[in-house]
Amino acid sequence: MELAEARAETEPRAVDRAALLAVDGVTLRFGGVTALQDVSFAVQAGAICGLIGPNGAGKTTLFNCISRLYDPHAGTIVFDGRRLARFARHEIAALGIARTFQNVALFATMTTRDNVRVGAHALARGGFLANALALPFAAREERRLTERAEALIEEFRLGRVADRPVGELPFALRKRVELARALAIEPKLLLLDEPAAGLNHEEVDGLADEIRAIRERRGVAILLVEHHMNLVMRVSDQVVALEFGRVIADGPPEAVRTDPEVARAYLGSAR
Amino acid sequence: MPGPRLTRAIATLAVFALAVAFPFLASGYHVYQGAQVLVLAIALLGLNLLTGFNGQISLGHGAFFAIGGYGAAILTAKLGVPYLLAVPLASLVCFAAGFLFGFPALRFGGLYLALATFALAVAAPQILAWKGFDAWTGGSSGVSLVKPHAPFALPLTTDQWLYFICLVSAALLYVAARNLVASRIGRALIALRDQPIAAETMGVNAALTKTICFGISALYAGVAGALSALAVGFVSPESFGLALSLSFLVGIVVGGLASLGGALFGALFIEFVPSLADQMSGNFGEGAKALPGAVYGVLLIVAMAVMPGGAAGAVRAIMRRTVGS
Ligand SMILES: Nc1ncnc2c1ncn2[C@@H]1O[C@H](COP(=O)(O)OP(=O)(O)O)[C@@H](O)[C@H]1O
Ligand SMILES: [Mg+2]
Repeated sequence: MELAEARAETEPRAVDRAALLAVDGVTLRFGGVTALQDVSFAVQAGAICGLIGPNGAGKTTLFNCISRLYDPHAGTIVFDGRRLARFARHEIAALGIARTFQNVALFATMTTRDNVRVGAHALARGGFLANALALPFAAREERRLTERAEALIEEFRLGRVADRPVGELPFALRKRVELARALAIEPKLLLLDEPAAGLNHEEVDGLADEIRAIRERRGVAILLVEHHMNLVMRVSDQVVALEFGRVIADGPPEAVRTDPEVARAYLGSAR
Repeated sequence: MPGPRLTRAIATLAVFALAVAFPFLASGYHVYQGAQVLVLAIALLGLNLLTGFNGQISLGHGAFFAIGGYGAAILTAKLGVPYLLAVPLASLVCFAAGFLFGFPALRFGGLYLALATFALAVAAPQILAWKGFDAWTGGSSGVSLVKPHAPFALPLTTDQWLYFICLVSAALLYVAARNLVASRIGRALIALRDQPIAAETMGVNAALTKTICFGISALYAGVAGALSALAVGFVSPESFGLALSLSFLVGIVVGGLASLGGALFGALFIEFVPSLADQMSGNFGEGAKALPGAVYGVLLIVAMAVMPGGAAGAVRAIMRRTVGS
């Protein structure tokens, strides 16, 4: 009985389809492995939603479904009132979804500035011909992309390395470049896949403030995959816990932290 | 000390000035060779957009060079199209051919693309020599065309006039490639090479961008082939074999991958080093005379050992040491 009460707040619930992001009944299998099983939850505009779960729980797979890198076998993902299944993966950015990658997927030979400018790619239209001929409208767009990049470079204190190829930068700096690059299209939803991985103590503390600040400044919703429980609990408005591809808890951070199912899932795993 | 941008602008202008003066200082045959170098440089610019910037290997650009050459020859010699119109027309055909070829081929990517383009390079001379096309391509004997003379009674020899047509074309195509590479499209090309999934996530349409890039690169090869046909006055199947395609690849590597300025150096290399190798193998005595290929190979390896980033990489390294940081 006590257990039932404790779980009431974190019980997975019917999906709010009016939310900014509504994941509804998403299932995805890799051969015999069910990476996502009937996953449903919603993220409100401007909210920070932590997504936790042991390794292999399906967090990155879920990100890849939202990015349209994977096609779920069942279920729908609705973003801003639109079903994502109707869009190709290169159309997702323009809808207002940006992301970082678990293994930092920067364009290694390009400079910091150019990486951030690629992040803003979807804001411009000029094609091969317009740019080869340097038509005035293409040149204008180019200036706009560059201004956008400069603003982000300043905001994320990357000025010193703006002209350096990112492959040469230390890891923590590369992660900051990736964050700046993701924000270049002014997304409505930012997907962060383990932004604290590989960072030291102080850097993780700084990251928590950074994530809050990003949300305060832009009102962007953030879906945050992290293993650092403290970080997730500190910054999130809502936490969703996955285990073996299923949602086992969804609610306010405090409630999810003390949820017996979550405790069991984490005790059962290596951590 | 001037900044790197200014230095580059000065260097570009100096090279251009030298190129303008060259046909008045050199003999007729050297002017003809100069035109060949410019033609090759155009093809290398295009292949470098594809391979250096976009990371797609083509072993078959000789085929697009051939389409450009035959296109110009057939248009001028058989259909009476003015040569200044025939060159752009032939290169548009090449763009279409590259786009259509790239569309299915790029789906496989990587080594499969290399194999598909390899097949193209092997097939091209055979198709051109095929009897069924005799009426248009002249079979194995090819097509002759009249070399265009300088108009308006300009005091230029035919070779000088053709040289200037090649020079203007190369300069324009160089500027277009520069613009492209410096733009969002150029960044998208590199992004697709470095990290394709992330690039798509940022809104780069991978399939379309890569296919158009293949088409553009074929277009450059087509312009080169068409100009070369005008300069030589003749096209025949055996000039467009696999060796030509491979020499383009050598040219962009020696010039420097993902560098446009290196195209000129790469073109000089593939125009002159093979005959240099011929001469050298002769100097090594009778025994080495049969081995120009081996000498060429050694020269190539030496070039790459001295300049691992190609000519452009070497220039960048020297600039860093003298100008910057
Ligand atoms: N591309 C793939 N092919 C096959 N199995 C995969 C693939 N991606 C993920 N998986 C499997 O799906 C499950 C979820 O993985 P993932 O989403 O990476 O977990 P998490 O990010 O939560 O650590 C794991 O069992 C993993 O092995
Ligand atoms: Mg993961």
